[in-house]
Amino acid sequence: MKLIAAMSGGVDSAVAAARAHEAGHEVIGVHLALSSNPQKYRSGARGCCTIEDSHDARRAADVIGIPFYIWDMAEEFHAGVVENFLSEYSAGRTPNPCLRCNEKIKFAAVLDRAKGLGFDGVVTGHYAQMIESYGQRLMYRAVDPAKDQSYVLAVLNKEQLDGAHFPLGDTKKDNVRIEAKKRGLYVANKPDSHDICFVPSGDNAGWLRDRLGSEVGPIVDEAGNKVGEHKGAYTYTVGQRRGLGLSVPTPSGEPRYVLKIEPKSNTVVVGVKEDLAINKIEGEKPIWCGPIPEVNKELRGFAQVRAHGSPLACSYVNTGSEIKVNLDQPLFGLATGQGLVIYDDNRVVGSATVSATE
Amino acid sequence: MTIYLDHAATTPINSAALDALNSQVQKLGNASSVHNQGRSVRKDVEDARHKISELVGSNPAEVIFTASGTEANNLAIKGFYWQSGKKVIITSAFEHHAVLDPIQWLVEHQGAEAIYIPVKSDGYIDLETLKNIVAQRRDEIALISIMHSNNELGSIQPIAEVVKIAGDIPVHTDAVQSFGKIEFNFHNLGVAAATISAHKVGGPLGVAALILKHGIDLAPLLHGGGQEREIRSGTINAPAIVSFAAGAAKAISEREENFKKIRKLRDHMRSELIRVVPDLQINSPIDPALPGVINISIPGTESDALLLLLDSEGISASAGSACSAGVPRPSHVLIAMGISEELADASLRISIGASNTQAEVDQVIAILPSVVERARSAFAVGKLS
Repeated sequence: MKLIAAMSGGVDSAVAAARAHEAGHEVIGVHLALSSNPQKYRSGARGCCTIEDSHDARRAADVIGIPFYIWDMAEEFHAGVVENFLSEYSAGRTPNPCLRCNEKIKFAAVLDRAKGLGFDGVVTGHYAQMIESYGQRLMYRAVDPAKDQSYVLAVLNKEQLDGAHFPLGDTKKDNVRIEAKKRGLYVANKPDSHDICFVPSGDNAGWLRDRLGSEVGPIVDEAGNKVGEHKGAYTYTVGQRRGLGLSVPTPSGEPRYVLKIEPKSNTVVVGVKEDLAINKIEGEKPIWCGPIPEVNKELRGFAQVRAHGSPLACSYVNTGSEIKVNLDQPLFGLATGQGLVIYDDNRVVGSATVSATE
Repeated sequence: MTIYLDHAATTPINSAALDALNSQVQKLGNASSVHNQGRSVRKDVEDARHKISELVGSNPAEVIFTASGTEANNLAIKGFYWQSGKKVIITSAFEHHAVLDPIQWLVEHQGAEAIYIPVKSDGYIDLETLKNIVAQRRDEIALISIMHSNNELGSIQPIAEVVKIAGDIPVHTDAVQSFGKIEFNFHNLGVAAATISAHKVGGPLGVAALILKHGIDLAPLLHGGGQEREIRSGTINAPAIVSFAAGAAKAISEREENFKKIRKLRDHMRSELIRVVPDLQINSPIDPALPGVINISIPGTESDALLLLLDSEGISASAGSACSAGVPRPSHVLIAMGISEELADASLRISIGASNTQAEVDQVIAILPSVVERARSAFAVGKLS
């Protein structure tokens, strides 16, 4: 096959490209320039779009022996990921930009362009497995549970997944580093990326405040009594306990958590932990990664709501336009806007965006 | 199959330059040493300086060797600016970054004022505007720097006219694309300084020269032993300099013959390009122009896609200039000519050299329609998503 390997400059995508090349595919390395004004150097483990990262990617491609190009996706990334991140926060939701990037950039803009240019698909260093079964390519969790990234890939539809290749899904991260070293890849010991790549400081709240302004507003309890003040409602997350700076304690002295964010009234609602408990989740805009579950049929499976969250045993229903989940055990703290991913054991069934909880 | 059509970026080292490099690099001695070996290397370097001066039409003392064309441009621009005590630098909007960026640095850090002479849609600078600005600001102008020929378009600029308009204002010209390919004579042209570079004329990488009018002293960029007229310091790179002179001599001895050959290939390619991709736009003028440069825009494509597809077919061309991260940006040269951002984004520079053949041109022409088709389909999905 003719494949485009998306190379961030990190160890995973380098080894993924090397494996695809070694497997006999015709592979071309592409580094996505996602910032129109990239920083020169990488600082610590943050970000993945510095000029230094693009040099690392180029060097890896040279060592592997594949052609290498840089594709400028800064405009697409800004419009599809960064602006969405801002608008979701200002609407009081908590988006996951990595999901959005996979959905809109890596397996949309890049995959479409690759296909237009005559390539068959895109190789990335994501940790997930594509397994062929009964003529279908289905996505499963990676064998390394600590690195499994199937959650952030569950926004890909079948067509996108058909063009997706994840050569690292069967390998533990430690072994990927060992392999990188054996292959002579300088990035073998490069630290993993964490946090949000377009917030290089790692200070998400400060980054949001700089862009959305910081209007002071009330923090209220469930009865509507003012118990404190905040500096911009969107810098809070449902379930958050620290950094609330409340002046009025609960009668019982229990800690308070963020229950709800109301962007229109610029209000943060807090309450005790029990009030965070939810048993039902509704997700809108479902995307199915494999066979579409029969409509209105209750099925057993697992729900996951964070990239490295635990799978929660549940029943779920495909209503046709939504996914409705009944959790076996309550979950504490879930914000609208987060990604809901349904698993059938280790197979990814599909995903939706959390629209309501109860 | 590989077809190299990027001779304006760099061109193969020729046999004379290679032989000179091979033998000189084995020779012991620092040209600044007083002993026997040093003197011997010094003689080789001075022979090369004489040779270059003959080829470029200057005195030997007017040749200052540098490590790159960029360095020579920086030396001229900053040097004339510092020396003059004046604030205004005149240049054109479509210079190479090695001219634009030192000027921008002087603007940002040293209070210079840059005035950019506009470029007409035919690829030549607007002399009327230059005339008017010089008339209005004559006493404030430190330097005029206009390229001898444009690296992306191939258009040869009216430098003799610029010199006339400038009068006693010093004129620098970046002649790296012209030297060795077309008639270039420093004294006849009357400029105060000119930049030439070895690797564009069959010489090695890592050596260039600023030809600087006798009697002008510029403040150095590099301070040290003062090896080159006290203007440029650094151990004299004898192997590269000797190879530069040998390579340039060979290129110039073959210049007229190669000019005719390359121009014939260019003309053939120009008409074939239009034949196979009828809506293709040729941005390069026919004359006066370098023999081998064809800049084109292919509507409905993107340069980086075209380059990738051509590269995968073994064809090497280029587009605009890349930023430090390697991201292709719409060419500032084409934008300066008034070409839309969309067409600038869809441009390719094909630069033909003496080693190319008509069979190669025909192969490229045969492949081009399928490349354009794929680039267009990639572009179309990009616009939909």
